[in-house]
Amino acid sequence: MAIEIPKTTYTGKIKEIKLGKDEKAVVVGGESCYPFYLFEGEMPHLPRIAMEVYDSPPEEWPEAALEPFAGITDDPAAWARKCIDDYGAEMLCLQLASTDPNGLDRGAKEAAEVVKKVADAVDVPLIVWGTANHDKDVEVFRKVTEVCHGKNLIIGPVEEGDHKQLGAAAIGYQHTVAASTPIDINLAKQLNILLGNLGVPDELIVMDPTVSGIGYGIEYAYSVMERMRMAALTQQDDKLQFPIICNIAKEVWKAKEAQISEKDDPTMGDAKKRGVLLEAMSAMCLLIAGADVLIMRHPEAIKLVKDMMAELTAA
Amino acid sequence: MALTGIEIFKLLPKTNCGDCGVPTCLAFAMSLASGKVELSACPHVSEEAKEKLSEASAPPILPVTIGTGDRALKIGGETVMFRHEKRFENPPGIAILIKDTMDDAEVSARLDKFKNLQYERVGLTLRPDLLAVKSESGDPQKFESVVGKVAQGSDGGIILMSDNPDVLAAGLKACADRKPLIYAATKDSVDKVAGMAKESSCPVAVKGSSLEEVAELTEKLTQAGLKNIVIDSGSRNPRQALEDQIIIRSAALNKKFRPLGFPTIIFPCEITGDPMKEALLASMFVAKYGGIIVLSDFYGESLFPLLVERMNIFTDPQRPLATKEGIYEVGSPGESAPVLITTNFSLTYFLVSGYLETSRVPSWLLVKDTEGLSVMTAWAAGKFSADIIAPFVKKCGIMDKVKHQKLIIPGYAAVESGGLEEELPGWEILVGPREGAHIPAYVKSWTP
Repeated sequence: MAIEIPKTTYTGKIKEIKLGKDEKAVVVGGESCYPFYLFEGEMPHLPRIAMEVYDSPPEEWPEAALEPFAGITDDPAAWARKCIDDYGAEMLCLQLASTDPNGLDRGAKEAAEVVKKVADAVDVPLIVWGTANHDKDVEVFRKVTEVCHGKNLIIGPVEEGDHKQLGAAAIGYQHTVAASTPIDINLAKQLNILLGNLGVPDELIVMDPTVSGIGYGIEYAYSVMERMRMAALTQQDDKLQFPIICNIAKEVWKAKEAQISEKDDPTMGDAKKRGVLLEAMSAMCLLIAGADVLIMRHPEAIKLVKDMMAELTAA
Repeated sequence: MALTGIEIFKLLPKTNCGDCGVPTCLAFAMSLASGKVELSACPHVSEEAKEKLSEASAPPILPVTIGTGDRALKIGGETVMFRHEKRFENPPGIAILIKDTMDDAEVSARLDKFKNLQYERVGLTLRPDLLAVKSESGDPQKFESVVGKVAQGSDGGIILMSDNPDVLAAGLKACADRKPLIYAATKDSVDKVAGMAKESSCPVAVKGSSLEEVAELTEKLTQAGLKNIVIDSGSRNPRQALEDQIIIRSAALNKKFRPLGFPTIIFPCEITGDPMKEALLASMFVAKYGGIIVLSDFYGESLFPLLVERMNIFTDPQRPLATKEGIYEVGSPGESAPVLITTNFSLTYFLVSGYLETSRVPSWLLVKDTEGLSVMTAWAAGKFSADIIAPFVKKCGIMDKVKHQKLIIPGYAAVESGGLEEELPGWEILVGPREGAHIPAYVKSWTP
């Protein structure tokens, strides 16, 4: 029996954005179909995974997440090198956790020195993520963007409340912004418009829809991302045609379900594998909803997701 | 094939009586054509028209029930491609594979896992649904005996798996009253298997080597009067399997192509031998249109995330998940442990209780029913104000559990503290942090 294969009518395309610089720069975006709907269109660039590095030793990570980085968590540059040399990272994300005013509250100058050190130690694209405290992020990123002029960092989260300062710094020192909004398609669009009005060129913008892991509201992120892709690809909404970045690892690993030991609850199975799977399965959901860049932590979760992407795009 | 609105209109009484809830027969016909209403809403339609229309008015993806009683599993019945367009209706069934070549101990172990691996979350029990018994031996007697053991040892739904109709018939003998899914009718066995399904009124799966072959098989079954059909497109590589799922759903919904208008069955266990990869595949097919997902084995570390993901994706986007009102213990709180109150939006509850657990400070968490709204929205909507919180604190029983009289309220409800001190005489109201992430630091420095 002949089957007429139904096809979505696409009228738009995701913008291609270059991240990083020189040989190790990567291009993300460019999709002309829904994620992995390869019988309908193209995904010219596979989604990328950025490995997390922290600017200070993590305090509340479960053993499984710490183990791959044992001995180097107090040296961000060494940590970054290990991600590249041992785990094949194509991108990195430096989380500036120590700048949190509710935590260590490390100053802007010190933070910028750490970023510079990491940026100088690596050649892959580097995302630098703040604490979403507007005053502090503005202070920190003013310094960071300046001392890393020409490195083409990706800085985030750039929110409505600090987009003017961070956007201006990004334009001035040529960095890409991760435009971040709280799980809402209209706010996402609005922030992209505001950044455009400010003079941030399209090729310096990626979108962060704010994501969460399995069990913590992943369905909200999932549907907002699907709606973004629908608007971008089938409704010609060019203010949503940007690649999507998902800062997923820290959401997954902070959940109690990623921490509880098998001894305390045998029905939850092996703690390490559970953590890895919570991260990989959350990432998988976000990938099929439209993620272009995933910020991830555990090397085994990353490998699982990369292998699956390869199989989903194999000829 | 499906009828157009005009074709349906011709068969209706054309009286525009409005008894169906739609003002005109034409409007009703249009709604019927797009699957928005059921024909039974019209009390005046003739028997003849009913028959002609029954096919056209059937849902584009037929619902299928496997099993009986409390554990009966309903799959299919989906109406949208994307959950934000309405909602996904019936979560996929999760199955554990049991082979007839496994020894008794292994079969028992799997039955135990099926029974014991279940999880409480937001007042719901998350658990797997199906046991897929597969004939590897090819021996009908052996199959019948293992199926019998499974049927006796579990109340879950059963899938009978063999490519030999005689083996299937033997298995069916052992559990026909449980309405198992018969897997599968193939090009070679379709007539025999169809007869078996018809006689036992059991659901049946087709397995083809292409979507064309699948469509031919379902047509044959439909002609034989069968409706409870499940589709296996036969693909065993991730890319093709995903593509098939999308095409099947889209053909049924967007082209009203009846031969593919059935739920599907997917075998991550036959796509890979690695349990971790299998879990990842399963997580994809939960979101992308799997009707039944068969796993090679159950492990807590993968089954738990999968069941939670399934609940998340199949949550109605218009109705937030809510937690039950009451007192929740974090750690083993004593009479001088801190008492915090929050709202019953499930995410709020998970975050607050998670941060309390991280703090390792045993605490009492009071959860007030705010119709599933978060703290900020509940407060703004007047559902989390002093006059509502105070009576709940009084009657929930916390006053018998603690010796102190201090209540920590969320930072976002700070303005209620004055009202609460009036409504709860003798109580000291403490304003906690606005963000969950700051809870651990807050409770660590708390003293009664």
